[in-house]
Amino acid sequence: MLQLQHAGLIPLQTKGTKVKLIIATIKPFKLEEVREALTDIGVRGMMVTEIKGFGSQSGHTEIYRGAEYAVNFVPKVKLEIVVNDAMADQVVDTITATAKTGKIGDGKIFVLDVAQAVRVRTGETNEDAV
Amino acid sequence: MKSLKFLPIAAALAVVPVMGLAQDTAEAAPAVDNAFIFNTLLFLIGGFLVFWMAAGFAMLEAGLVRSKNVTTQLTKNIALFSIAAIMYWLVGYNLMYPGDGWWMQGMLGPIFATADIGGDPALETGYATGSDFFFQLMFCATTASIVSGTLAERIKLWPFLIFTVILTGFIYPIEASWQWGGGFLSEMGFSDFAGSTLVHAAGGFAALAGALILGPRLGKYKDGRVNPMPGSNLALATLGTFILWLGWFGFNGASQLALGTEADANAVAIIFANTNMAAAAGAVAALILTQIMYKKVDLTMVLNGALAGLVSITAGPLDPTLFGALWIGAVGGVIVVLAVPFLDKLKIDDVVGAIPVHLIAGFWGTLAVPFYTEGTSFVTQIIGFAIIGAFVFVVSLVVWVILKATVGIRVSEEAEVNGLDVSELGMEAYPEFTKG
Repeated sequence: MLQLQHAGLIPLQTKGTKVKLIIATIKPFKLEEVREALTDIGVRGMMVTEIKGFGSQSGHTEIYRGAEYAVNFVPKVKLEIVVNDAMADQVVDTITATAKTGKIGDGKIFVLDVAQAVRVRTGETNEDAV
Repeated sequence: MKSLKFLPIAAALAVVPVMGLAQDTAEAAPAVDNAFIFNTLLFLIGGFLVFWMAAGFAMLEAGLVRSKNVTTQLTKNIALFSIAAIMYWLVGYNLMYPGDGWWMQGMLGPIFATADIGGDPALETGYATGSDFFFQLMFCATTASIVSGTLAERIKLWPFLIFTVILTGFIYPIEASWQWGGGFLSEMGFSDFAGSTLVHAAGGFAALAGALILGPRLGKYKDGRVNPMPGSNLALATLGTFILWLGWFGFNGASQLALGTEADANAVAIIFANTNMAAAAGAVAALILTQIMYKKVDLTMVLNGALAGLVSITAGPLDPTLFGALWIGAVGGVIVVLAVPFLDKLKIDDVVGAIPVHLIAGFWGTLAVPFYTEGTSFVTQIIGFAIIGAFVFVVSLVVWVILKATVGIRVSEEAEVNGLDVSELGMEAYPEFTKG
C-alpha cells in the first residue's frame, strides 16, 4: 500500500498538522550552544551543514607568505530544522537568543512552509514525521 | 622442522672460518687503523642523514603545494633522488673528484668515467672509498631537490627529470669540482665548508633559471596583485622542515670529513651545535619578524627561516662561536622573510621559497665566512659565489630554453587548473577529498 502511494498511484493521505522548515545561518562557534538549547526545548532533529557566504559582514584580508589576499566568503554553519507549526516561533526565539553575539555576522533565520514531510522508515507524515 | 633447529649451528659453523681469518689478519697487522674506521663511520652516518633530507624536501614540498599537485611533487622527489644516485655513479663522482685525471686542470674532470668503489680498502686515503662516494652523492641529490620545489605545480614531469639528469650528472659535479675536487676555486682561497654555494646556491640558481623560463603559476600574479595559493598540509611541511634540520647535522657535521682524532671529534661536535643554533636563530628571527610585519606569525615563513638559518651556517659551521652561529642564522631568517615578497614583486613564482632559502641565504652564508674563519676574504668569497652562480645559472638557463623549445616544459592551462596529479599521473594524493 505504502509503495503504491509513494509511486504516486494512490493519492497520499496527509495526516497531522502542518510543519515548518527553519533555516538558520549562525557563527560556527555557536553551534554547540544552539544545539543544546534546541534540544532542551524539545527539538528532536536537525540538519547541519558547514557553508561559506557573505552578508553584511563582508570578507576580510589575510596574509600568506607576505602577500595579502581577500577572504570574500566567511565560514558559517547552516541549520535546517523541521518542526510543527506550534513550535516554530519558540525555535526561532531560541536560536536568536543563543546565537546572538551582538556583532555583525551573527547570521539569519528563514522560516518556510513545508508542503509535505515523510518519515522514510514508517511512512508517517507531517507532524508525526518530525 | 627438525632440520631447522640445526640451521643456527650450521650458520655459526660457517662463520667460524671467517672469524679465524679475521683474527689471523689482526695478528699479522696488530695496529688496527681506528682513524680509517671512524672516518668511514662519519661518512656513512653523515650520508644516511643527508639521504634523509630527501624525505624532508619531499614532505616540505608536499605540504606547500596544493592538494591537486601532491602526487606529482612526491613522484618528482623520489625520481630525482634516484636519478641523482645513478648519474653520480655514471659520471658525477669522477667528474667532481678527478684526482690526477683532470681534462682541463682545475676546470673540468673526466666526463665518461664511472665511479669504482670496489677492491681492498685504500688505507692511505684514510676512509673507505665507498663511504665517500655514498656521502658525496647525497649532496648531489640535495642540489636537485632544491629545484623541484620552486618549479612545482606547473612543470611537466619528464622535462624536469631530464633537467635533473643534466644537473646531477654534469652541472653540479663540474662546479663542485672547482672547490671540493681541488679545482681553481680552492686554489684561489674560496671557502665553502659544506656547500652554502656549491650545493644550496647552485640548486637555487638552477631553480631561478627554471622559474624564469617556466613562468609563474596561472593566476598567481593578476592585475598587479599577488594571489597566495596556500599549501595543502602544513603538518607535512613542518615535519619536512624538522627532517631537513636533522639531516643537516650529517650535511655539515660529516663535512668535517674525518673523525679519526680527538680534534676531529671535537670539530664535528662544534659543527653540530653551531648548525642547530643557526637553525633555531633563523626560525626565531622569522617568527618575530612576521609578527611585527604582518601582525600574525606565518608558519611557512618560520619553516623557511629555520632552513635559511641552516643554509647560512653551512659555508662555515666550524669556526663561529655559538653566538656567531646565532646571528649568522638569524640574518638568514630575516633574509627569507624579506626575500619571499620581494620575489613576488618580480613575479618570480617560487612555490616553496627555495630561492630565498637556498640561493639568497646561501649567498649570505658564503659571504659571512670571513667573520670567523681566518685566511678567507670577503672579496674571494664574492668572486667564488659569482663564478659558480654564473656558471650554474647560464648553463641551466640554456638547458631550460632547449627543453622548452623541444619537448616543452609546461603543462597545458587546463591540466594546470585540474592539477598535475590528474593530468600528469592520473593519481590523486587525497582521492577521498572533493576538489576545493
